[in-house]
Amino acid sequence: MDRLVFDIAHLLAGGLVLVSFMLLYQNRLYALLNIFGLHAFVLSLSVAWQAYIQNAPHLYVTASIALLLKAIVIPMALHRIIRRLGINREIETVVGIGPTMLAGMGLVALSMSIMLQITAEAGQLAREDMAFSLSVVLLGLLIMVSRRNAVSQVIGFMSLENGLVLAAAGAKGMPLVVEFSVAFSILIAFIVIGIFLFRIRERFDTVDINALDSFRGEQQ
Amino acid sequence: MVVIVDFLIQGTQMMLVLLLAPLLTGFVRKVKARLLRRRGASIFQPYRDLLRLMRKEVVLARNASWLFRVTPYLVFAATWVAAALVPTFASGLMFSWTADLIALIALIASARFFLALAGMDVGTSFGGLGASREVMIASLAEPAMLMIIFTVALIAGSTQLSSIAGFMASSQVGLHVSLGMVLIALIIVAIAENGRIPVDNPATHLELTMVHEAMILEYSGRHLAMIELAAALKLLLYISLIASIFMPWGIAVSGDAPEMLAIGAITYVVKIAVAGFLLALFESAVAKMRVFRVPEFLGAALMLGLLGTLLLFVSQGL
Repeated sequence: MDRLVFDIAHLLAGGLVLVSFMLLYQNRLYALLNIFGLHAFVLSLSVAWQAYIQNAPHLYVTASIALLLKAIVIPMALHRIIRRLGINREIETVVGIGPTMLAGMGLVALSMSIMLQITAEAGQLAREDMAFSLSVVLLGLLIMVSRRNAVSQVIGFMSLENGLVLAAAGAKGMPLVVEFSVAFSILIAFIVIGIFLFRIRERFDTVDINALDSFRGEQQ
Repeated sequence: MVVIVDFLIQGTQMMLVLLLAPLLTGFVRKVKARLLRRRGASIFQPYRDLLRLMRKEVVLARNASWLFRVTPYLVFAATWVAAALVPTFASGLMFSWTADLIALIALIASARFFLALAGMDVGTSFGGLGASREVMIASLAEPAMLMIIFTVALIAGSTQLSSIAGFMASSQVGLHVSLGMVLIALIIVAIAENGRIPVDNPATHLELTMVHEAMILEYSGRHLAMIELAAALKLLLYISLIASIFMPWGIAVSGDAPEMLAIGAITYVVKIAVAGFLLALFESAVAKMRVFRVPEFLGAALMLGLLGTLLLFVSQGL
């Protein structure tokens, strides 16, 4: 039984890393949004499983926040934003997909080797969750760095936050107040970013971040 | 006496794959035709094609070397041996100690090596183009295949297919996310290796993007029959490989009673039919991708294999 509990937690957390890679691989905006919804869905499943095995009911709240807010509301809002912006639906990457994937693999290997050494005393589940969540965070950063389009950078930011929630759930749960404040700050950040997107679009007729660089007078 | 029975069962397996391979190809074609609301040729059409090709005379280019004439038989022999080693309806057969995953890959790779050489032998531009593309795809598919083998071997503790199938059928496998990743990666590799639709179209002769067909454009008569049969065997080989690693239910063990062998054979045919149907469904649903997107497609397989190995290290290192 104990083996099965661990295996399912491993399956869900590993699935989250896999979906992060799918985000990295995807080069269409709408598909990216759908996969982000899947990301949040896998996260909520993972957190709900943690709630079940740790017997911590407040983690169910975390899971439902992840499900409602991140798997449904934010992807739908981003869908609307993209339609309103009327931008090109292909995502332009800074380097090709192949090197980005290799960099992602390197980041995953890095976070595994670091986390498994640091958390030698912690419990089995917590160790594994920490290792996976660090990889999800690093992959989120990689998505933000490797994309030119502002909307996909927002997705990278949100998936990074999903990794933080996974870490918090693994570490014997976090207080509900913290969870709520994090969820709302993410929502506020989302709104601010959304407004910024429209401002950028109005100003430069594109959401390509490179336009900002040339506006600052930097060399292309 | 036991030796003779073992030998007979092994011989049955060898003949079974040889006889089933064209049927599978015909079945996939038939399902694809029906999905497009065409009537399609009979599922026995590949046998008739092979017979007709066998009766036709061979047309050779004037500058074809001995390699060009020998290659079809080499390719066929290597592929047949590989296909006959994979456990189909029973595991632990007489020669199953040679059915090592790495040996299988080596057999298929050497078949491909000779086919690529033969494609360049006559010196037509099409052959060279097909050969270079085939080798490009292979150079990407083989690392992915090696990562898949690593992951499976780490889980099962062996690279020998009979013991892997036995381990997977037992209850000590557990739930591994790595296995799911490896399954997807293996399917991607199988699609690329067999030249099925997102990578190459097996039904076309007049397209600039063709790979396998471009390489064998100069072949005719019994040489072409050998190569076609080898291609059908390769498809059956990959499906049997996936079935024996990931769906090893119902495989009989050597020394079982004849009725167990019969059950194994029936489940095997059912598995093949299901896999062929899914393949046809998938091929009808997706569009062929540009040649330059193939590296990304296969890169995903490599990445999945690598990720599977990494995650396995995490779960076993704890």
